[in-house]
Amino acid sequence: MSMFKIFDVSGSAVSAQTQRLNVVASNLANVDTIEGPDGSPYKARQVMFQTTLMGEVTSAGVRVSDVVESTDKARMMYAPQHPKANAEGYVEGSNVNAVEEMVNMISASRSYQNNVEVMNTAKSLLLKTLQMGQS
Amino acid sequence: MQRLTQTLDFQSQALVLRAERQRLLASNIANADTPGYQAREMDFANALRAATGTPGALGQGLGSGTGAGVTGTALTTTHPAHGAGDFAAAEDGGLLYARNSQDSVDKNTVDVDRERASFVDNTVKYEATLRFINSGVRSMLDAMKSPSQG
Repeated sequence: MSMFKIFDVSGSAVSAQTQRLNVVASNLANVDTIEGPDGSPYKARQVMFQTTLMGEVTSAGVRVSDVVESTDKARMMYAPQHPKANAEGYVEGSNVNAVEEMVNMISASRSYQNNVEVMNTAKSLLLKTLQMGQS
Repeated sequence: MQRLTQTLDFQSQALVLRAERQRLLASNIANADTPGYQAREMDFANALRAATGTPGALGQGLGSGTGAGVTGTALTTTHPAHGAGDFAAAEDGGLLYARNSQDSVDKNTVDVDRERASFVDNTVKYEATLRFINSGVRSMLDAMKSPSQG
């Protein structure tokens, strides 16, 4: 039954969106992080989606091909008393844009819901197909 | 005997194509956020005609309402895209490519609202085809019953 492929396709999309949501969560959690494990401020991350063919042309799934670090300029905060402050009294913060991350979060959750609905519909159609010729 | 199964054969071909279109629409929805993805669509009427080899009565009136267009009276147009519908034919002659309804920076042509509408439309039509098959089977079984069985 070729419709079983829908679960692969939508499943790959759901897991890709979950990864995107995970990255958004990391970014939002580290919005005020001044020092990472390597000593430098936190850089916002972003996932890259890529179409991946699953057997035939009609089933195209999604995968996360790469997670890239944002090259945006870091936020500079004036805090002369801070131990990390530079000569001018500024502390280099993360380059996370909280508004952008919230938008990303909403977009990811909507796409997630869409794909779950697709899987539910496919499931109910398959169950009805299984009952073909009975009743 | 062939007459008996003719309708069933036709409907089962339609069901297979409906399942394929369902999968195609699921792929489009899955790739709604993928940069550069081109949404695809199936010319259902033509695909069904090709699968069943019925150019006439049976195949007609089953179009999915996308692409194809009206035959007979042609409009005068000043641009190739005028009145051409949401989809353009692919070079390989198989699936259609969506024209984008709104330009996007990442070159993605999936219109989620359109895809969802097509998905629901296809779901209903899949169920309809299933019902046709079920009622075909039931009337055939009824015809095979002996009168005493009630």
